[in-house]
Amino acid sequence: MDPLHQFQINPILQIIIGGFDVSFSNSALFMVIAVGLIYALLVYGMKGRALVPGRLQSLAEMFYEFVANMVRENAGHDARPYFPFVFSIFMFVLFGNMIGMIPYTFTFTSHIIVTFTLAATVFVFVTILALVKHGLHFFTFFMPHGAPIALAPILIPIEVISYLMRPVSLSIRLFANMMAGHTMLKVFAGFTVLMISGLGAVGFLAGLVPIAINIALTGFEFLVAFLQAYVFTILTCLYIRDALELH
Amino acid sequence: MPNLLAKGRLARWSVVAGATLATMTAAAGSVLAAAAEHGGEHASGGLPQLNPVTFPTQIFWLALSFAALYYLLSKKALPRVAEVLEERQDRISRDLSKAASLKEEAEATLATVEKALAEARGEAQSVIAQTVAEIDAANQARQAALAADIAERLSKAEARIQAAKDEAISNVRSAAADIARDVAVKLGATDVDAAAADAAVGAVIEERRS
Repeated sequence: MDPLHQFQINPILQIIIGGFDVSFSNSALFMVIAVGLIYALLVYGMKGRALVPGRLQSLAEMFYEFVANMVRENAGHDARPYFPFVFSIFMFVLFGNMIGMIPYTFTFTSHIIVTFTLAATVFVFVTILALVKHGLHFFTFFMPHGAPIALAPILIPIEVISYLMRPVSLSIRLFANMMAGHTMLKVFAGFTVLMISGLGAVGFLAGLVPIAINIALTGFEFLVAFLQAYVFTILTCLYIRDALELH
Repeated sequence: MPNLLAKGRLARWSVVAGATLATMTAAAGSVLAAAAEHGGEHASGGLPQLNPVTFPTQIFWLALSFAALYYLLSKKALPRVAEVLEERQDRISRDLSKAASLKEEAEATLATVEKALAEARGEAQSVIAQTVAEIDAANQARQAALAADIAERLSKAEARIQAAKDEAISNVRSAAADIARDVAVKLGATDVDAAAADAAVGAVIEERRS
């Protein structure tokens, strides 16, 4: 009945390496499943290499072109070499979110540590990219063009903080959305159970109301699952553009 | 910049760096976890997401699975998709250019056909005109021949008629002269000279004719 119970990490196989508990848990299981599904979709779907694609091939190509367009439009043409990275991020987050919509599964993107590690990977990647591309010139990024020099003592700390906050906002947005949505689904489902156990026959009728709400919420959650993956990816693209162009 | 950080390798380096950072976070998390464990096992009551005990395993498996995903996609899956898409693009543009050349060819063929058609039409027209002229000429000749024939026959007939008429008139004249002589004899007059009777009849005929 605890709506947060679904977020519990349950070890399946105890593994301890160098004093760290890195047990294979339900979270790890669904990460592996997501990777397997993504790879299977792309490889099995493209197996036919058909000129006129079938359903699975269409899906694989759709994902590819969707992310490719996103990278081209938001990160620029120079970002072509980083497409596999952006694509991996998108598919991993999307499949994590979508697999979580199946009952009795585990949503690994609802854990802050997972989203933060992903966001930190993006952040470090983007920062190294900018440093390699522009060298020390990268630090001019923190002083907006055309701003009066007198404002530098205020602007530079603001820009630095906003830059450092990127991984935080990126990770919290995804984690909070996923956690809130899944908690809400569970809470409303719990209402039905409470009504039936508490009100008896009347509860069966009254219990339909939370179920109806839950149906709407489920549809909404699918939207959120896609949207958050999209937002995460598009922000990654924008950060890559910043790193490449240093506007 | 050294080749070590060339475009393609950059992504890999950055992922490695991200993973390093993640490991550092994991280490920090483990320290926190140890502290939390020390403080007592009441993490079950709070938000599971904020229980640092579970951080190392999640980071470890995330790093592992994401690295695997990145490797599999960038090395195997994505190039294949790109290849298929490129192939299709090539095929489409090839078909398009082929269609364009075929269209050009068809247009050229159409032009020659139209030219031939126009030539044939012109030829037919001239043949028709020639034939019509020939027919006209033949008709004219036949008409002329017919007209000449008719005129000849007409003149012959007229001559015949004239002759018959003359003969008839002369017959009538001699008969009239005979009748006049007979009438004169019957009236009691002396026999009239044949030449005189004829002259008298001739005078009357001449008188009537005028």
